[in-house]
Amino acid sequence: MLPAAFEYHAPKTMDEALGLLDELGEDAKVLAGGQSLIPLLKLRFASPGHLVDINKIKDLDYLEERDGTLRIGPLFRHKSAERSSLLASRYHVMAEAAPMIADPIIRNRGTIAGSVAHADPSGDWGTVLLALDADLVLRSKSGSRTVKARDFFSGPFSTALQPNEILSEIRIPVSKAMTGGSYLKLERKVGDFATVAVAVHLRMDDGKVGSAGIGLTAVGPQNIKAEKAEASLKGVRLDDAAIKQAAALAAEAADPKADHRGSVEYKRNLVRVFTERGLKRASERARGGG
Amino acid sequence: MSQSITVTVNGEKRSADVEPRLLLVHFLREKLRLTGTHIGCDTTHCGACTVLVDGTPVKSCTMLAVQADGQQVTTVEGLMAGGALHPIQAAFKEEHGLQCGFCTPGMMLTSVALLKEKPDPSDDDIRWALSGNICRCTGYMNIVKAVKSAGAQMRASAAVPEAATAARS
Repeated sequence: MLPAAFEYHAPKTMDEALGLLDELGEDAKVLAGGQSLIPLLKLRFASPGHLVDINKIKDLDYLEERDGTLRIGPLFRHKSAERSSLLASRYHVMAEAAPMIADPIIRNRGTIAGSVAHADPSGDWGTVLLALDADLVLRSKSGSRTVKARDFFSGPFSTALQPNEILSEIRIPVSKAMTGGSYLKLERKVGDFATVAVAVHLRMDDGKVGSAGIGLTAVGPQNIKAEKAEASLKGVRLDDAAIKQAAALAAEAADPKADHRGSVEYKRNLVRVFTERGLKRASERARGGG
Repeated sequence: MSQSITVTVNGEKRSADVEPRLLLVHFLREKLRLTGTHIGCDTTHCGACTVLVDGTPVKSCTMLAVQADGQQVTTVEGLMAGGALHPIQAAFKEEHGLQCGFCTPGMMLTSVALLKEKPDPSDDDIRWALSGNICRCTGYMNIVKAVKSAGAQMRASAAVPEAATAARS
């Protein structure tokens, strides 16, 4: 399968890339890892006239904590997340999601930012960012703006990103002590999209839940932030009753469709079970037991 | 509009004018006639087309040839050295790590990258690393054995100081 013909641009600087996007508008797509975009081009689901490859731009592949924020660059790849000791020690939800993305060879090239910008409702990183309450920096030729992850996704493969913008950085509040997370995903085989997955990120405060983030994958037209479930946990002691209630609220927030991966009831029940298990794992980790 | 690219393939600089939409796998197979890289599913699932780009396994059906401009690509044709099989090739042969052979080039290249990162991988490490390469014949048992055996062979033949470093990491 060959993609439809396009013009290829490989700018050396971010300014050059943003200039191209500004000029080309909707006829251009940004190429980062290419592990979703190239298959789409080959299947002719997308046939942009121009590709703007950002891989030749230096210094876009980074993960760093600075000024109270974890910052992720546009070319930070899944494999680097999988091997990161920083994520393993303090951002459990990211560390657990990374090795569940596609397969190892795809993880060598695919990027977190590219996956988020692609906004597949079955994609994993969007859900993780919802649980972490991340900010997304969208940069264009005329400047940059910051959008909350919960305001970023607007439907299947649809986001707040304008055609002249690049998702130039993902920002996550630094995980202090007493935080814990978990990503639980059911997939039929390695490389398959999730049947259902649930992301949990907890910050504990004096034995009670300071804040809870819960994201749901593949159970709606976009990655879902289970806000009622999150709110039910704020300031409470995380006992079995609180966990059960939050899990029930998360299951209600899910809006799955029946398909070859499972029925509506099955998927909703998985959300409930994964939320319960995820909250337990996250709280153990927040106490340093994980 | 075609673009001129230069890719170092198996140590040799190869230049060509290619359309941007040309996939790396087609560049290798059709322009360079290196047909050891196989096209299996053509949808980024099976791993038969895996090659090393700057040492990292990549599905060459999911990368554009123009993206490889200025980079180093290793295909199965680049594994043999000085007329001798690479230890991974010898081990696949010895351990019956293949039946039809279609997935083998991709399996071997992914394994070479694994052994570079982890010279003494466990069975789990091997299964994990190869989980993006699908084989319909072997049931994977002998592939895992072959990778283990190649690792042992490569460790044994590595210089002593190098082997000591690898064991510590």
